[in-house]
Amino acid sequence: MPARRVVVTGLGATTPLGGEVATSWSALLAGTSGARLLSEDWAQTIPVHFAARVAVEPSEQMERVEMRRLDRSEQFAIIASREAWRDAGEPQLDKERLGVVIASGIGGVTTLLDQYGILREKGARLVSPHTVPMLMPNGPAANVGLELQAKAGVHTPVSACASGAEAIGYALEMIRSNRADCVVSGGVEAAIHPMPMSGFAAMKALSTRNDDPASASRPYDLSRDGFVLGEGGGILILEEYEHARARGAKIYCELAGQGLTSDGYHIAAPDPDGAGVQRAIKFALLDSGLTTADIVHLNAHATSTPVGDIAEANALRAALGIDADHVAVSATKSMTGHLLGGAGAIESVFIVKALQDRLAPPTINIENLDPAISIDVVGNKPRTLPAGDIAALNDSFGFGGHNVVLAFKSI
Amino acid sequence: MALAQADVLAGLKEIVEEVAGIPAASIEMGKNFTIDLEVDSLSMVEVVVAAEERFGVKIPDEAVTDLATVGDAVNFIVNAAK
Repeated sequence: MPARRVVVTGLGATTPLGGEVATSWSALLAGTSGARLLSEDWAQTIPVHFAARVAVEPSEQMERVEMRRLDRSEQFAIIASREAWRDAGEPQLDKERLGVVIASGIGGVTTLLDQYGILREKGARLVSPHTVPMLMPNGPAANVGLELQAKAGVHTPVSACASGAEAIGYALEMIRSNRADCVVSGGVEAAIHPMPMSGFAAMKALSTRNDDPASASRPYDLSRDGFVLGEGGGILILEEYEHARARGAKIYCELAGQGLTSDGYHIAAPDPDGAGVQRAIKFALLDSGLTTADIVHLNAHATSTPVGDIAEANALRAALGIDADHVAVSATKSMTGHLLGGAGAIESVFIVKALQDRLAPPTINIENLDPAISIDVVGNKPRTLPAGDIAALNDSFGFGGHNVVLAFKSI
Repeated sequence: MALAQADVLAGLKEIVEEVAGIPAASIEMGKNFTIDLEVDSLSMVEVVVAAEERFGVKIPDEAVTDLATVGDAVNFIVNAAK
């Protein structure tokens, strides 16, 4: 059987910058920050008082009755998947050839904690019968699978902040291995709650710039002090190339390959040598038949932590060598915050848009570029990408030492 | 405390509308929860718990399986409150 190529035929997103792809992308190009002070009373009782909530509440995009039996992360998955499915032209296909792979880093954590509160205050009788389907990490994928009646398989890889990218890579393999012709793939997260935020704060992972949330996520800036927690999700419709062509689908680009490695170094800290990241980039290039010379853009993991940004930048320079000089690196978490399990997914959506519009999005809040950064970071204005055949990479890493690199190329 | 059938029906309509999103106007004594109103088993648990809270009665799990229609539920609650 000839190799089955995989293309992107639909996009969907709900992010701190917009309720769908178009508004998110234009706000991203405009250099808008999605970080804001939280209005909830609890926000003042924990060390970090801000986060990047979605720009459009799910209540404006779905019915009340539907919402009440879905965790917030599941609501994001349904909203973004509906947009992506429409964008793909609602493909008609045998449902046994349709798959769903949607990840989340933490799952329905707000449901878990809210229902635990009800258990303690009111007793077991009042715990919702929807609790388990709402808190299970595979809930977002399962609900989308149910809505679309996908029967080729519904999956949820979990690898902390690499989960969204890993889901897209899993979907790639489902199509390559002929298990499916079309897969709804991506990642979501809804963890803006005092408990997980306190946990991240205890690790000193979050920025504490309470006086100026919009400037708090500042990857590569000398004064960066941690990430900003974001929420939302991104969805890509992946489709086998001939299948997409046969139905006359709009084709954005090709998902050409992926590289997966693990550090074996520390449960949360990145390996300062970035050896695992370098290998993931090498494998992604090999898998996609690309060379470092083909890469013109990279959406970095770059969460704005002091250690992580340097480790990744050093790994990129080492893996791309002299070719790193022509790679426009964007750190879009400077605007969206860090969506954890949704990060690799919305950043893949942004890469697809970057290849389509030939524009690398900006990185905001760099006032003093850290002199230790030796890669070409796109500053506060978008940068034009070259004409012709081009390719781009998406880096995603997760607590646990997970490294995922996805390679996209123009078609 | 005795409850009037009409009051229980009105209250139950509100609960079913809240839980399952079915317009109160379409909820009648003869309607079957599963077949006519498409209230699934998980939502039925919510309806029962909300009804217990609202009307101050106990609806044991064994009884729930016999509550096929809205009328069955209304009559059970009226009898339980006597």
